[in-house]
Amino acid sequence: MKPKNIIEKLWDEHVVYQESGKPDLLYIDLHLVHEVTSPQAFEGLRLKDRSVRRPDLTFATMDHNVPTVNRTVINDEVAKTQMTRLDENCKEFGIELADIHHPDQGIVHVIGPELGLTQPGKTIVCGDSHTSTHGAFGALAFGIGTSEVEHVLATQTLWQSKPKTLQIEVTGKLGFGVTAKDLILGIIAKFGVGAGSGHVIEFTGEAIRNLTMEERMTVCNMSIEAGAKAGIISPDETTFDYLKGKRHVPDGDQFQTAVEKWKSFSSDEEASYDKTLQINGSEIEPQVTWGTNPSMGISISSHVPSPDQFTKKSEQEAVQRALAYMDLEGGEKIDEVPIDFVFIGSCTNSRLSDLRAAAEVVKGRKVKDNVTALVVPGSQSVKSQAEEEGLHEIFLDAGFEWRESGCSMCLAMNDDIVPPGKRCASTSNRNFEGRQGNGSRTHLVSPAMAAAAAIEGRFTDVREMMTVVH
Amino acid sequence: MKGIREISGKVFPLDRDHVDTDQIIPKQFLKKIDRQGFGQFLFFHWRYDDDGELRKDFHLDDARYAGASIIVGGENFGCGSSREHAPWALQDFGFEVVIAPSFADIFYNNCLKNGILPINLEHTEVETLLEKGLRADYSLTVNLEQQTVHDGEGFESTFEIDPYWKQMLLNGWDEISITLSYEEQIEQYEKTRQE
Ligand code: SF4
Repeated sequence: MKPKNIIEKLWDEHVVYQESGKPDLLYIDLHLVHEVTSPQAFEGLRLKDRSVRRPDLTFATMDHNVPTVNRTVINDEVAKTQMTRLDENCKEFGIELADIHHPDQGIVHVIGPELGLTQPGKTIVCGDSHTSTHGAFGALAFGIGTSEVEHVLATQTLWQSKPKTLQIEVTGKLGFGVTAKDLILGIIAKFGVGAGSGHVIEFTGEAIRNLTMEERMTVCNMSIEAGAKAGIISPDETTFDYLKGKRHVPDGDQFQTAVEKWKSFSSDEEASYDKTLQINGSEIEPQVTWGTNPSMGISISSHVPSPDQFTKKSEQEAVQRALAYMDLEGGEKIDEVPIDFVFIGSCTNSRLSDLRAAAEVVKGRKVKDNVTALVVPGSQSVKSQAEEEGLHEIFLDAGFEWRESGCSMCLAMNDDIVPPGKRCASTSNRNFEGRQGNGSRTHLVSPAMAAAAAIEGRFTDVREMMTVVH
Repeated sequence: MKGIREISGKVFPLDRDHVDTDQIIPKQFLKKIDRQGFGQFLFFHWRYDDDGELRKDFHLDDARYAGASIIVGGENFGCGSSREHAPWALQDFGFEVVIAPSFADIFYNNCLKNGILPINLEHTEVETLLEKGLRADYSLTVNLEQQTVHDGEGFESTFEIDPYWKQMLLNGWDEISITLSYEEQIEQYEKTRQE
C-alpha cells in the first residue's frame, strides 16, 4: 500500500460519500458548541423543523462571553441572552452542556482534551477557528462557520474538499527557557501568516516529539494563525499516557484496543506531503510580537523592525500602519517597551502547566506598580487543580488577579478589556487591532514571558530571571 | 437563498492585506442571536472614531461608493476568527462579491454558504481593480455562469470556482436538504463504524 500521512489516513477513514467533481461528504465524530456561534444555527434547525442527528456526539459549553469575576450576576444583558439561549437550545435538542456553574465549564478547546472527548483519529469541529488545538492528539480538527454548525447538527457530516498537506519539521531541541509558544510564534514569524493557506499542517521532528501534550496543544492551536485549516501531530506514547484515565476515554482492555487503533493513524515513515518546511528548534529564542498580526514577531533580544527593512511596498505600508497602531518606532529595543496589562489565559496558554510556568517566575516577586495582571485559568478544573497546588496564592501574593475560567481578555467580549492605548503582554493567540478592546495594543508572548513582563513592567528575557532563581 | 448569475455594480477598493474578521465585524457586535442587521457595524473601527464620527481615512461611506456590491481586497482576506458574522455583515451592507488575491479558508467557505461569491484573481489584476475602483463612475460585471470578470473598458479575466459550489450558488440551494438526501449513506457509514 502507498504510504500515507496522518491527514490522508483520517480523511479516507471519514469519507461517507465521494463523487468526482464534488467535495467529499465527511463524517464528524465530535462537534463542540459554544454560545456565540451557535444561536443562528439552532434557529435554522427550528425554522425547518429539523433535529440534531447525533446529540451524543455533540457537547456544549459557555466560554466566550462569560464573566470571570462574579458568576451569579450577569450584567451584560446581551451576553446573558446568548447563554440562556444556549441553555434552552441544549435542552430542546438533547445536548450535554457544561454551563457557567458546572465544574466542567471552561474554554471549549481546553475542556475537550481534559474530559477525554478529544481523541486520536477523530474528526472534530467547532464554530471556532482554534479548533485546530485538538489536532495535538492526532485528530483532524478544524473550525467552521455557523452555517456549517447547523449542517453538522442536522447531518453529522460536512462537504469538504480534500486539503493539501504541509509538513513542518522542527529539528533539534528547544533551548533553555524556550517554550512551545515561542516555537509556534517563531514558526509563524519565519514562514508568515499565509504559509499554511489551503493546507493542513503536520508538525514533525525531534523538537515536536519532545513536547508534552499541553505544549503540543499550544503549537496546534496557533496553526490557524499560519493560515492553515488545521494542525496535527501524529499520536505517540505521550498522547496515550495523557489520555489514560480521562473520563470519555475507554478503560481496561478497551484502552489497549483503542491505543492499537490510534497508533495505526500515525503518519507512515515514507509518507509524502504536498509541501515541506523545516526549522531548527534550537535557534529559536523567546518571542514577542510587535505588530498587528501574529507573524509580526521577533526574539526578545531584537529590535522592532522599520518599514525600510522591507522591499515590497505593501509590506512597508503594513509595517508602517502596524507601528503607528502599536505606537512603536522602528529600531526600538523590544525589551525596553513598557507594558500596562498582563493577561495569562486563553486556549493557547491557560492549562495547568502554563500556570505553573508563570507561577515559577512570579514566586516571591511583585507585579510592577501600575501594571494590571490577570490569570484566567482555561477551565474550572484547571482552576481547582491550580488552587490545590497553591498557585493562586503565588499569583495573588504577587498582585495578580485570579479569575474564573473563560475566554476573557483574549477577545474581550466580557468585561475583561484592555483600555484604548494601553499595552498588554498576552499569552493569547491574536494581536489584531482592537482584539483585546478598542484601541488596545497586544503583544503575544509565552506564559513565562508574560509573568516576567508583569514583574518588570516591560518586556524582558525571562531566561535571565530563571537563572537567578535556580 | 437566491441564486447568483450575473452581478454588475460599483466596486469598493480596500487596499489592505490580511483584512481580518475582527476588523470586518468587531466582537461587540457578535452577541445578537439572529443573522440580520450586521451591515451597519461593518468595519466599525475603521469607519468610525471613538466619538462615533466617520473617519477621514476610510472611505466605505463615501458617496462615490454608495451602493457598491463588489469589494476588492488584498492578500489573505478574511483571516482570523471563524465568525460567520463577517460575511453576514458584508452581505447586509450590500456586498455580493468579494475579490482578492487570496482568502482565508474559513472565510471563503462562509461566503459560499451565504451566497456571497468569493473570487481569486491574480495579484496584478487585483491591483488594477484597486486602482480603477477609486473612480466614482467605475463598474464591474461578474458572471458566475461563465466565470468571468470584466469592466467593458479593457479589464477582463476569468476565475476558478469549485463546480459543486458553482451549482449551489447558481441555484441558491440549501446545502442541508441536499445532504439529507444522502441519509442512507450516512446511516450505512455509522453502521460500519460501529462494527
Ligand atoms: S480563548 Fe480566545 S482564541 Fe480561544 S476560543 Fe476563546 S476567544 Fe477563541
